Amino acid sequence: MTLLSVRGLRKTFGDNVVLDDVHLDVTAGECVVLIGASGSGKSTLLRCVNLLEQVDDGVIELGGVEITDPRVDADEVRSRMGIVFQAYNLFPHLSVLDNVTLAPRRVHKVPRAEAERSAMTMLDRVGLADKAKARPDDLSGGQQQRVAIARAMVNSPQLLLLDEVTSALDPELVGEVLDLLRDLRADGMTMMLSTHEMGFARHVADTVCFLDGGRILEQGPPDEVLGAPREPRTRQFLSRLVS
Amino acid sequence: MPSASSGAQAPDEAVGAASGGLSGGLSGGPAGGPGGDVWTPSQTELERRAYRRSRTTRSALISAVSTLLVGAVVIWLVTSSEGWPRVQETFFNWDKAVESFPAVLKGLWLNIRIMLICGVAIAVLGLTLAVMRTLKGPIFFPLRLFATAYVDLFRGLPLLLVILLLGFGVPALRLPNVTSAAEVWGGVAITLSYSAYVAEVFRAGIESVHPSQRAASRALGLSHGQTLRHVVLPQAVRRVTPPLMNDLVSLQKDSGLIAVLGVVDAIRAAQIETASDFNYTPYVVAGFLFICLTIPMARLTDHVARKQGWHGAGGTL
Ligand SMILES: Nc1ncnc2c1ncn2[C@@H]1O[C@H](COP(=O)(O)OP(=O)(O)OP(=O)(O)O)[C@@H](O)[C@H]1O
Ligand SMILES: [Mg+2]
Repeated sequence: MTLLSVRGLRKTFGDNVVLDDVHLDVTAGECVVLIGASGSGKSTLLRCVNLLEQVDDGVIELGGVEITDPRVDADEVRSRMGIVFQAYNLFPHLSVLDNVTLAPRRVHKVPRAEAERSAMTMLDRVGLADKAKARPDDLSGGQQQRVAIARAMVNSPQLLLLDEVTSALDPELVGEVLDLLRDLRADGMTMMLSTHEMGFARHVADTVCFLDGGRILEQGPPDEVLGAPREPRTRQFLSRLVS
Repeated sequence: MPSASSGAQAPDEAVGAASGGLSGGLSGGPAGGPGGDVWTPSQTELERRAYRRSRTTRSALISAVSTLLVGAVVIWLVTSSEGWPRVQETFFNWDKAVESFPAVLKGLWLNIRIMLICGVAIAVLGLTLAVMRTLKGPIFFPLRLFATAYVDLFRGLPLLLVILLLGFGVPALRLPNVTSAAEVWGGVAITLSYSAYVAEVFRAGIESVHPSQRAASRALGLSHGQTLRHVVLPQAVRRVTPPLMNDLVSLQKDSGLIAVLGVVDAIRAAQIETASDFNYTPYVVAGFLFICLTIPMARLTDHVARKQGWHGAGGTL
């Protein structure tokens, strides 16, 4: 079953055409990984899917319903997705626990005790239950990133969007987050993420998409796209990465 | 925090450098530049735009109609009430308005000058005080203490009291080579009082800049002063511009308080005009002129606030 469908997506910033005719289907339970050079539009694509950016053309459907229609309630759509940003974006004035319980309590009207219980479960899962009372500024980058993942996951979203979640982490923590994401996928969570780490992409992806010049130039299973790329541009990109 | 963000940058930069090298080789390739093809919006996009446009038009229409309706009802209620002719005669007498206008306008010029000169002095003094309060380190303790005491003192004293103290008190000392002009001492009093408020606004702005910004700047080798000047203050000032504009509007009105010293500003001029025949139209004229000054400023405040919006992610919501 197709959970997310992107067709003919276009996004510009002034004269800068960042996404130009992007087509992408994400099946429920699938993990799609976006790769591409810095500035190729990975973050922009994720932000468009989350309706944080108004698209300039094209259609995005979630569960068969067009969400780019200006008549849909964007807040309701967003509450069915989780997103973790490249720069964590935790709220510095709230404790770790309050960061995680904010949306359940305010958006989904979950009673405080229950929200805190599920938040603690989630924090425990990312290994930070002991930091619940700490302020985000007092955590390391990797810890902040894991709080951000817990915050995105606590609503049980249908779709989880992750923007370079491992770029701030040491190899050991990358492994931890990777395990976490694998766990989540095993639970049937649909994920779309961007990364610069090909090893990470290879391990976690069902489908790898290579973004270049505002389009998805090549997509397929990691073995094909990363192992035996068809497009010369993809080959070029990957060869520069390892050297 | 700084170590985390520099860690985040590293892979980006590596790839950025690589892609920079690649795009040079690719630019002549068959992929073509984005500027080459002409894009026409799809049917769906056109429908979306039409829908958004219709929503905008609809809200504009609704607000226009409701404004007109409410306005009409208010005007009808007022003009049809029993005492209206007498009210009109006493407060909205056209001939009296025309007659008093030049004097009130001349008085207003004093208000405007005071606002402009004091405005600049307040901004400078307020910013200096705010910076003094944020200085760290034991050597600066006297400066911090002074700034704190200053703010406590002048925020606590009623403005009128300061004006009376300086405006009547200083000239009474008959100091040689010191002016006894009431406008000057009134202006000084306003500046002293207002800079205490403005200093607190600036300080709030300075403290709202995230510590990682200072860390990033110090890491680049900028000194404490340079960090303040090039990194912290520009962000702080931008953030507090709307509340400062608020203070400017209120300064413009409070400039009238120096009338207690006997100088003729717009309000005093209006008072003199009313004294002859108990017709209060000159007050309405003065009020009208003040509003005419304030409204452009209020719109400017809105505009500044909107233009600032928020940089980055928050701005799009
Ligand atoms: N708010 C914005 N205003 C103007 N241009 C923007 C904005 N956000 C992104 N861009 C531009 O869009 C392009 C794509 O940016 P994006 O952040 O999506 O890249 P990315 O693939 O995520 O890169 P990275 O790997 O470095 O995170 C860039 O050229 C960027 O300059
Ligand atoms: Mg990005």
